[in-house]
Amino acid sequence: MFVRRPLRSQLLRPSQRLLYSTSAPQTIRPLKSILIANRGEIALRVSRTAAAHGIRTTSVFTAPDAGAAHVTASAFNYNLGPSNAYLDVEKVIKAAKESGCDSVHPGYGFLSENSHFAQRCKEEGLVFIGPPSFAMEAMGNKSESKTIMNNAGVPCVPGYHGSNQDPAFLLEQARKIKFPVLIKAVKGGGGKGMRIARTEQEFPELLESAKSEALSSFGDPTVLVERYITTPRHIEVQVFADNYGDCVALGERDCSVQRRHQKIIEESPAPHLDDATRKDIWKKARDAALAVGYQGAGTVEFIFDNDTGEFFFMEMNTRLQVEHPVTEMVTDVDLVHWQILIASGHPLPLTQDQVEARLHGHAFEARIYAENPEKGFIPDSGLLLHMKSPKLSEDVRVDYGFRAGDEITTFYDPMISKLIVRGTNREEALAKLRVALEEYEIAGPSTNIEFIKRLADHPSFINGDVETGFIEKHPELFDIASTPTDAYAQAALSILLSESEAPKSNDPFAMTGQGVGFAGGFSSRQIILSDITNPDKRVPVSIQQIGLKTYDIRVGETVLPNVSVTESSADKITGFYPHARVESTIVKEGQNIFVFQRGRKFQLHVPQPAWFDKVKGAEADVNTVIAPMPCKVLRVMVKEGQEVKKDEPLCVIESMKMETVIRSPHDGKVAKVVHAEGDVVKAGVSLVLFEDQGEQN
Amino acid sequence: MLPSLRSAALRRVLPRAARAPRLTAAISSYTPRTLESAFSQIKTKVDTASPEFKENATSMGELSEQLRALHQKIELGGPEKARQKHIARNKMLPRDRVTALLDPGTAFLELSPLAGHEMYPGEDISAGGIITGVGRVSGVECMIVANDSTVKGGTYYPITVKKHLRAQEIAQENNLPCIYLVDSGGANLPHQSEVFPDRENFGRIFYNQARMSSQGIPQISVVMGPCTAGGAYVPAMSDETIIVENIGTIYLAGPPLVKAATGEVVTAEELGGGKMHSTVSGVTDYLAVDDAHALALARRSIANLNWPSTPSPPSDPKPPLYDPAELSGIIGTNLKKSIDIREIIARIVDGSEFAEFKESYGTTLVTGFSHIHGYPVGILANNGILFSEAALKGAHFLQLCAKRNIPVVFLQNISGFMVGRDAESTGIAKNGAKLVNAVSALNVPKFTVVVGASYGAGNYGMCGRAYSPRFLWMWPNAKIGVMGSEQLKSVMETVGKKVDPELQDRIERESHATYSSARVWDDGVIRPEETRTYLGLGLRAALGGRNGERETRFGVFRM
Repeated sequence: MFVRRPLRSQLLRPSQRLLYSTSAPQTIRPLKSILIANRGEIALRVSRTAAAHGIRTTSVFTAPDAGAAHVTASAFNYNLGPSNAYLDVEKVIKAAKESGCDSVHPGYGFLSENSHFAQRCKEEGLVFIGPPSFAMEAMGNKSESKTIMNNAGVPCVPGYHGSNQDPAFLLEQARKIKFPVLIKAVKGGGGKGMRIARTEQEFPELLESAKSEALSSFGDPTVLVERYITTPRHIEVQVFADNYGDCVALGERDCSVQRRHQKIIEESPAPHLDDATRKDIWKKARDAALAVGYQGAGTVEFIFDNDTGEFFFMEMNTRLQVEHPVTEMVTDVDLVHWQILIASGHPLPLTQDQVEARLHGHAFEARIYAENPEKGFIPDSGLLLHMKSPKLSEDVRVDYGFRAGDEITTFYDPMISKLIVRGTNREEALAKLRVALEEYEIAGPSTNIEFIKRLADHPSFINGDVETGFIEKHPELFDIASTPTDAYAQAALSILLSESEAPKSNDPFAMTGQGVGFAGGFSSRQIILSDITNPDKRVPVSIQQIGLKTYDIRVGETVLPNVSVTESSADKITGFYPHARVESTIVKEGQNIFVFQRGRKFQLHVPQPAWFDKVKGAEADVNTVIAPMPCKVLRVMVKEGQEVKKDEPLCVIESMKMETVIRSPHDGKVAKVVHAEGDVVKAGVSLVLFEDQGEQN
Repeated sequence: MLPSLRSAALRRVLPRAARAPRLTAAISSYTPRTLESAFSQIKTKVDTASPEFKENATSMGELSEQLRALHQKIELGGPEKARQKHIARNKMLPRDRVTALLDPGTAFLELSPLAGHEMYPGEDISAGGIITGVGRVSGVECMIVANDSTVKGGTYYPITVKKHLRAQEIAQENNLPCIYLVDSGGANLPHQSEVFPDRENFGRIFYNQARMSSQGIPQISVVMGPCTAGGAYVPAMSDETIIVENIGTIYLAGPPLVKAATGEVVTAEELGGGKMHSTVSGVTDYLAVDDAHALALARRSIANLNWPSTPSPPSDPKPPLYDPAELSGIIGTNLKKSIDIREIIARIVDGSEFAEFKESYGTTLVTGFSHIHGYPVGILANNGILFSEAALKGAHFLQLCAKRNIPVVFLQNISGFMVGRDAESTGIAKNGAKLVNAVSALNVPKFTVVVGASYGAGNYGMCGRAYSPRFLWMWPNAKIGVMGSEQLKSVMETVGKKVDPELQDRIERESHATYSSARVWDDGVIRPEETRTYLGLGLRAALGGRNGERETRFGVFRM
């Protein structure tokens, strides 16, 4: 069906590449109206550039996104329907046609790397703002792309993947590959049948044990041998190719620091990369793009061996990346504009030399996610109660997809926004990043902001000693500094003041803090707080009023005397403490108290009083298993009446593309499966009920 | 508005004939609104830099400081050991209970904290062993009566009974729902003869509960400790009763008495614990886990009273023009020095505006209309000895207040009615009686503040305790008695009796505000500068709502 153009391209001299553009001869056809087949920040990002160039955009949305920022930002929008409709090729095409669009920008994710979609756009006469479908096909196929790359002189991770399993032959291969090597069962997984041989001497023995383990675990002793990279880094190159056979590399990005195999912080240029390697990696990236007849924006990913300085092709992402603003910062190029230009038939606006001449400074991007780093970066969802973004400037950019009041749903990626900063060098950029992060205030779902602050402040990160295993290597990133007493004091004051009757001169009882009587008549209240990072610790905060808006406060054993308070707005409170003036933003949601002060966020909680649990029958909770987050029930493994042991799986839930197994908290008999497969439930809803076991526990 | 102005009907002008030039005097028939209030403003003559002012402020300051220290000591409650024991049982201290009950950020109008002070030789009965006062609970002004079991086990001394009854009286007069935080060992047995038998004794508490309940004034009990014998009737007579499990007990006789009487051996919890009463006997309606829960339940009960909200006066009343803190320097502690009572009024009322009635007639009594925290009030204030004209003016003014349903504030600083041939011949007895008559019959809320002397029949004419003001407060410098101790000495010497210095000292001591307040002759000694606040709280409490109970006729229930 598709012509294997990339393969043919390898046989051609560079000057002939022009022939393989999709529609020769080229005519320039300006785009007038773009359908943005995406959501969130990237939809807003694309529409910004389009608007700046007088191009109308139409946004699409699904039911859960009806009120989302990317929809309300545009007067033209199209309702796709159910939550999964962003992936519905025909619906999106229908939306584009009915909205009178001449082109489709796919953003990233969703349909952006779907070659069928690109093909369908073409068939329907819509310009797909992205690479031609054959390039996507070629890069989408791992083994094919490796062959293409090897033929184009782009290095891939050396290894032997063949069927010859003779130990002597494999040793010979290992020598060629260079030690250390990874011996891996072809059918392996989970580390079984996997060995790392660092020297020739230990190779035979390790090969033997890997094979026997592979045989016993998977019934197949076949192994492959690959170069083992001890300190890998993820370095990628932003490339851009036009329809005239030109391709430029717009610098590289280092995206090594990842969690759950997803990037968390990206930078450009990559630290500690010598100029020759840098130039080489750019060149290899351009070669890779040209090898598949690429057009538009793409990213060539390499694995970089920090020990040897070698790099190997991993894959090519045939779309605009999340982290593209980092490149925009150091090149001053609007990549989305370039995408539009290329799609409308323009040649590349700059040559490689011109691009290189523009490169300046250093940029970082931090991805702000609704997730819980302390719980294995598990995604979070919920209402964004409060959101304050860092102050914008030439060097500080925030691409957001949510506003305060929006809900982070479980249907889509929980990225709230992206913070991009630039400095004249890495040190300055990092300093600016730290400051900007401290300006962030997000209350509602948990976020990774505090984690990124610690990351940005970590000596190894500051040194640029980045690698893909960075987070695993530095467990101290999860050490959380204790919550200062004044944060507790501010929270307690805010609770008391917000629940106090506002002073009214015609209501003598409501003259807050006046107090009457010779002894002052001021009340003393005790508010017990806990910190979500240490929920079992109860911190009593006593507030004794001693005058008008003046208090003696005691936090645990610490006395904070004579604290006067001013409130500039409902959520801003300033306390004048003996040690300092503390200004806090305090957001309250039920019993959750979010405190932002001095560049840090603290999440406190007013725990249920003991009597409350007793009255509400907390004991009953022993017999119910609740959904830990909003989710969809994927599978139910138990039936009513079934006896289960502690830790036995009860059901599997899915939230934000993550599957979680819900296990039995104790031995017992299932009384009821409350939610069946396919049910979408809220956090805190019972999933499985156990039969009452009396007072056995 | 505008479109209607354009309508033809409104644009019609008077016919030309009617617009003939008219004669007018050279007087503006328009008075600016601002002037209407400005000309009522009291102009002060007080010189805060004068030596006299400073001397007064110093002497009053010293007195206030003593009272502050005394009140702070009283606020602690019983002895340290008793308080420790109380907390160890996981009970809240009574003042913390009151705080937890109240809406945050609202004032607690505490009554007679000095009750019992130096009344029982060798015994410290802090606040009379009971905390009473008006506070806002779930948006409703309530009378709160809280036993302090750290003070002699919360037992009822005679003064405890008196203070409890006074709180109920205030609740009844002002339609305040009552919340009893019960934690008491019952009547104090050594004082049983002064506590039990008489009309205004222990039994009256339950009588009041029944009467108030019948009048639609809710009675809520929270049992947070023992309720033994007669005490058992506080929860039993309440509309709704909450009990703290394992802490509260209700029984007519405790385990020792039961054993003595019938030989039955039973624990306190089995005999009258919360669980039993909430599940078996039905004496209590809600079982609470602890104090905090019990008080949350009490707040919920109040929220469910369907109590009408008190209408607020117009918003943003003006504060007085002059600093109320100057009152100390104005009045001082020497009652013999005369002061212009208008200087005091000026530091109590809104905007210092006082619409004086009969300013130049009967000048020793100042009368007029004003506002306090937005509430309209009539004020009667002494400015010297009461003469016939002053008494007549007062009686006249009280009639105005009664007709207009305006609460009346009496500012007492009175050494008495005028005596002597002239006075008697002008009918001072008859004219004074008119004032006393008017005060007695007056049905609008009355408030009395003794800012100086309260002697003799002046006390009657100016709404002393016997004339049932809704609240009566005294300033620290105030004195009360038939007459001043020096005068008493000279009177007695005139009639040929020798007065020993000890008697004169006793009379002097007994006229002090602290002595008065210890005996609950008043509702508390207050800081002069807080007079406006106290009156505001009192007005609010007095003018509160009341459930318009629609009469329900029941058949006979077999219970």
